Amino acid sequence: MSVLIYAETEGGKVKKVAFEVASYGKAVADQMGCEVTAVAFNASDADVLGSYGINKVMNISHEGNFDAKIYASGIQQAAEQLGASVVVVSSSADSRYLSPLVAVGLNAGYATNVVSAPSSLAPFTVKRSVFTNKAFTHAEITSENKIIGVSNNAFGSVENKVACTVEEFTVSLASSSVNVASVDKATDKVTIADAEVVVSGGRGLKGPENWHMIEDLAEVLGAATACSKPVSDMGWRPHSEHVGQTGKPVASNLYIAIGVSGAIQHLAGINSSKVKVVINSDPEAPFFKAADYGIVGDAFEVVPQLIEKLKAFKAQA
Amino acid sequence: MKILVCISHVPDTTSKINFVESDTKFDTNGVQYIINPNDEFGLTRAMWFKEKEGAEVDVINVGGAETESTLRKALAIGADTAIRVNTEALEASQVAQEIVAVIKTREYDLVIAGRESIDYNGGMVPGMIAAMIDASYVNNCVSLEISGDKATAVREIDGGKETLTTSLPLVIGGQKGLVEESDLKIPNMRGIMMARKKQLNVIEPSGATTKATTVNYEKPAPKGEVKLVDAANVDELINLLHNEANVI
Ligand SMILES: Cc1cc2nc3c(=O)[nH]c(=O)nc-3n(C[C@H](O)[C@H](O)[C@H](O)COP(=O)(O)OP(=O)(O)OC[C@H]3O[C@@H](n4cnc5c(N)ncnc54)[C@H](O)[C@@H]3O)c2cc1C
Ligand SMILES: Nc1ncnc2c1ncn2[C@@H]1O[C@H](COP(=O)(O)O)[C@@H](O)[C@H]1O
Repeated sequence: MSVLIYAETEGGKVKKVAFEVASYGKAVADQMGCEVTAVAFNASDADVLGSYGINKVMNISHEGNFDAKIYASGIQQAAEQLGASVVVVSSSADSRYLSPLVAVGLNAGYATNVVSAPSSLAPFTVKRSVFTNKAFTHAEITSENKIIGVSNNAFGSVENKVACTVEEFTVSLASSSVNVASVDKATDKVTIADAEVVVSGGRGLKGPENWHMIEDLAEVLGAATACSKPVSDMGWRPHSEHVGQTGKPVASNLYIAIGVSGAIQHLAGINSSKVKVVINSDPEAPFFKAADYGIVGDAFEVVPQLIEKLKAFKAQA
Repeated sequence: MKILVCISHVPDTTSKINFVESDTKFDTNGVQYIINPNDEFGLTRAMWFKEKEGAEVDVINVGGAETESTLRKALAIGADTAIRVNTEALEASQVAQEIVAVIKTREYDLVIAGRESIDYNGGMVPGMIAAMIDASYVNNCVSLEISGDKATAVREIDGGKETLTTSLPLVIGGQKGLVEESDLKIPNMRGIMMARKKQLNVIEPSGATTKATTVNYEKPAPKGEVKLVDAANVDELINLLHNEANVI
């Protein structure tokens, strides 16, 4: 009986999202009365996971790009060697890509978008969000092996320092049928998936020439920038920034929407963000019904002030 | 080339989400059903392969008779044949197993599913199918070109895109970008008439096992009223975000 978590890395470093996954794994392990082990690829700083309750890291060295099939085979073998019946993964695009493969390999039931620790172990029941965050379901995983995909920022990182050993895990990985020809990725920007704060602009900003406001605000807050669908459709912003039901999901701690009306398809993608702020000149805009805080006003007046005041606030903090 | 498009039959995005029978069943009352948006992009891409390269396109749904209107719509858009596996879709692994049972009898070069359904939001069916038939697999697929038995696909990753080359048989989890939204096909009169004559084959399930069950549903607690801050007083917003919400 054991719990395994998959700790994602980037450029040889454990990603922040892994701390939440580790914290979740630790909570399940405590419920089960067992230890929690992590599997990672090319992690040079794997022992940081000890701060989140991980006792042991099985580190796999692999040259080359991320590949769902190869990584899935490594995770599966780690679970098998450990005899882990519960595997915990994140909701990142890569984790969602490889986890169905691990699930088939381990003959495991897999629940995605899980928002809290199991409410019971026998039967094994978790709460997950469904209907694009308009409801939750309590799902029972009935198979012996189980995979839990934790919804971003739903459980949070819980510090819990333990002694952590890192071992090299040597396995023969699957061969891939997919080759990466090229990667086009902005490395200097916070991504929507990793961001704790997201600043998003809609059609109310009138044109791409006004986006410096969004970027400046994002910069003060260390936030990622996002936009509504029409904004990316019109080519004001790249498609990778489009959030909502047909775009990227956002589960940040803070989501600031500026000049976004709050159409149901937009809200569907951002509803699991914890705190939502809207700045809109129309008091009837539907976003005010979904938001926690709001300012009725002209973005062109409010946002520059907000940027100045936040700079002052950050400077004194 | 033979293509299978997996079609999930889902409530329209604007539907009210309610539950009945002590919150154990989704309330279908007054709900309009549509082709899952991610599947609609995939289906339209399949139509392109049909028109340009003479591909044969089947569509499949695992579900009860109530999903046939959605399959008919896919036929009206231009799919050649529809298949309905006559069993309630309970969870992703069962759905994937049922689709795989059909794939094994018909051998497809390309299987197109959506990156996720907007009701269950599992995002697992395409990956599970790929693993079960040991095919190549690309998720979050936003562009797909095929030439002979080689494919070039673009996958959306966190913060950017990745271009991949692979070979058939291939399974993709598709989404917006596979085709432009303006190219999505709306069934026309001729399509609807032709769809009536096309085959909608109902086949019995293979008896797949389930690995998860839904115990019950819960609606989020009603949200409190928005706190409005005066536009002339942005300091107050900063104060609330710092001291009350603890997010900055
Ligand atoms: C199947 C389907 C899927 C969709 N998926 C998505 C999706 O994933 N994501 C998405 O975003 N949309 C999606 N949409 C589109 C969605 O329905 C809306 O059309 C869209 O979200 C509106 O974008 P917007 O808020 O930027 O623009 P608008 O609706 O035009 O709103 C602009 C807002 O800006 C405000 N404004 C104007 N001037 C100012 C000013 N000076 N200062 C402050 N505020 C100002 C206005 O009051 C208004 O509320 C989808 C639609 C469909 C049918
Ligand atoms: N009952 C079903 N019948 C056919 N295809 C399905 C069904 N459920 C899901 N799919 C396919 O799998 C994709 C992902 O669904 P899900 O794993 O439920 O998020 C959908 O976009 C469909 O292409």
